[in-house]
Amino acid sequence: MTTTMNEPATRQAAALPRLLPPAPEDLRRHLARYGPAPYRGRAGLLIGDIEAAGLTGRGGAAFPVYRKLAIVAQARGRKVVVANGAESEPASRKDELLLRAAPNLVLDGLQLAAEATGATEAHLYTHYGATPEILRALAERAAAGLDPVSVTITQAPPRFLAGQESALVNHLGGGPARPTFQPPRVTERGLRGAPTLVQNVETLAHIALIARYGPRWFRAAGTSAEPGSMLATVYSPDGKCRVVETEIGTPLKNLLSSGPETRAWLVGGYHGAWLALPQAFALDALTLDNATLRKYGAAVGAGVLAALPSDRCGLAEAARVVSYLAAESAGQCGPCLNGLPRIAAALAELAGPRPRRQVRADVERWAGLVEGRGACNHPDGTVRFVRSALTVLAPELSWHQKGQCSATNRRPFLPLPDGIPTSEDDWT
Amino acid sequence: MAQTKGTLETLKVNPIDCTGHGVCAELLPELISLDEWGYPIVDPRPVPPQLDREARRAVAACPVLALKLMRR
Amino acid sequence: MSGSTAFWYASRATGIVALLLLTAVFVLGILVNRQGRLPGLPRFAVTSLHRNLSLLSVAFIGVHVLTAVLDTYVSIPVTAGVIPFASGYERFWLGLGAISFDLMLAMIVTSLLRGRLNRVLWRAIHLLAYLSWPVAFAHSIGSSKDLQHGWLLYLVVGCALLVVAATGWRLAHAARQVPRAARVAVVFAKHTAENQHTRRTRETV
Repeated sequence: MTTTMNEPATRQAAALPRLLPPAPEDLRRHLARYGPAPYRGRAGLLIGDIEAAGLTGRGGAAFPVYRKLAIVAQARGRKVVVANGAESEPASRKDELLLRAAPNLVLDGLQLAAEATGATEAHLYTHYGATPEILRALAERAAAGLDPVSVTITQAPPRFLAGQESALVNHLGGGPARPTFQPPRVTERGLRGAPTLVQNVETLAHIALIARYGPRWFRAAGTSAEPGSMLATVYSPDGKCRVVETEIGTPLKNLLSSGPETRAWLVGGYHGAWLALPQAFALDALTLDNATLRKYGAAVGAGVLAALPSDRCGLAEAARVVSYLAAESAGQCGPCLNGLPRIAAALAELAGPRPRRQVRADVERWAGLVEGRGACNHPDGTVRFVRSALTVLAPELSWHQKGQCSATNRRPFLPLPDGIPTSEDDWT
Repeated sequence: MAQTKGTLETLKVNPIDCTGHGVCAELLPELISLDEWGYPIVDPRPVPPQLDREARRAVAACPVLALKLMRR
Repeated sequence: MSGSTAFWYASRATGIVALLLLTAVFVLGILVNRQGRLPGLPRFAVTSLHRNLSLLSVAFIGVHVLTAVLDTYVSIPVTAGVIPFASGYERFWLGLGAISFDLMLAMIVTSLLRGRLNRVLWRAIHLLAYLSWPVAFAHSIGSSKDLQHGWLLYLVVGCALLVVAATGWRLAHAARQVPRAARVAVVFAKHTAENQHTRRTRETV
């Protein structure tokens, strides 16, 4: 059931930015720019537009949004929608920025999703709880009577897995932020048994725009298979971090430096993959979309892109990240609990001088053992990161085997939080 | 009780409940082996009809009911 | 006190065997939990024996109760098997037997329906084993003069010592068990220490 919307005359088709206003906007400015959220008046009506728009989730999994909406909409009984702002990737900053700069867009999307699915309960889940911007937005909206479903804010513990769908629902239900075994998926049985829609906050912002401007407008940017724009957190070799909105399908060279100051690229964050800098003739072909990146063993993920400076040791960086990933394991599944710390220790040895010969083989064996054998994708993502690191950084490994390292700067580059979880409190 | 042909079932282990007893691998070595830490590696392909009975036996024998037979 | 009918002897004999079987079931249950093995037997033998012997115990207890009821020297209603303190004869000690048996039935029924039950609920009921066995033991000693002296006393005390030892083993493990949140850290430390050890060894060679 597609509805066509007239495009506002002032809005160019593919013009960016779509999501990020020049400055954080309060409700008045938000309404002046976008108008009110166009509720359809009945559950399910928006889903056709979302399907036509081809929106995929912006939280990392890139799942078709209309399918999740449809599953929850078709379920009977009580239903729940959750805006997932817990971008548990330490290197990602986009959700935090979006919630600060355009909270009303996210909250519009949340209400529209609630209407589309027939949900009567809404949550906002972030690592920092109720910020002044969010509280102000909710207060302004309440005063204006804009939100049919009231929104409960919950703070997520600072865990890498906290934003995982089932871990999120587990925590909202009063348990620890650890994943649970699926099936059943949370869209079938989620928060307190009710079908639950969990969407990344950026995805909800896109929903809020598609509802206003229609699927054709949305498709004016991006590729035909993966339409629209996305937020990316980009790290340049000088250490600066910026959040940019870009069309899906943008050549990575437009976002990441590719000169001699760069050793390698990391695409998709800490569950993503390392990429060797392409040759000059191939630079244009390496684009930010899953269809292309899959050929290189990578994925867009939550849009974290980093250009590792050439004065750093890539293996040392990788070892630091894997050590963090291993410490962040929920410790529930035997293979992950046993495999990830061993892989991390092995990588630490490979990052040092003269690693023993069998360590490389050990990593490969353990990687094969943990893949696909956890209750969530944590081991899988970690393995992708590790395998790509060892492939792309193979020249560095050769140096290390001779007892040398080409790096001149020992300062850590990739951002990681301090401290590892040690007690049950760290998960609640 | 006739076996319905074409009922595709696969074995799946709940890795959270599994504590590595290893009973399943003993009873169904054709489809389940143990990794170096004692946890089951389960063949993801559908259970062949001639192993259906053994598969059900393995599912029932798991001390923590972590092994499941899932219908496609 | 002692009727000399066959029923009475049968009741006492099946009672003793039942207590021995229950001791085995208890110890096997802890063995399953601790992933222990019986020498020379495969792993599934431990779980199978635990389950099968528990069913056999129920059968023996059934005969134990029935023969006591059928014996006419004392009057015990058949309901006394499951309803505590329903018997006029030795009301208290026989009542303990009914309590213990009720707990066993709860454990067995929930185990048979385990797939449909909440995991936490199943575990809570199964923990009643730690109550059921001592109550069965008290019932045995209190209601039968046979067990209060001689080799039968040594036998049942031996069973009690086995149960205490197994329980101690289980509690010791529970006390040592690393809480979930700390498990990754433990594997980390252990594995790095292993590496260090191997490195040192290699370098001295």
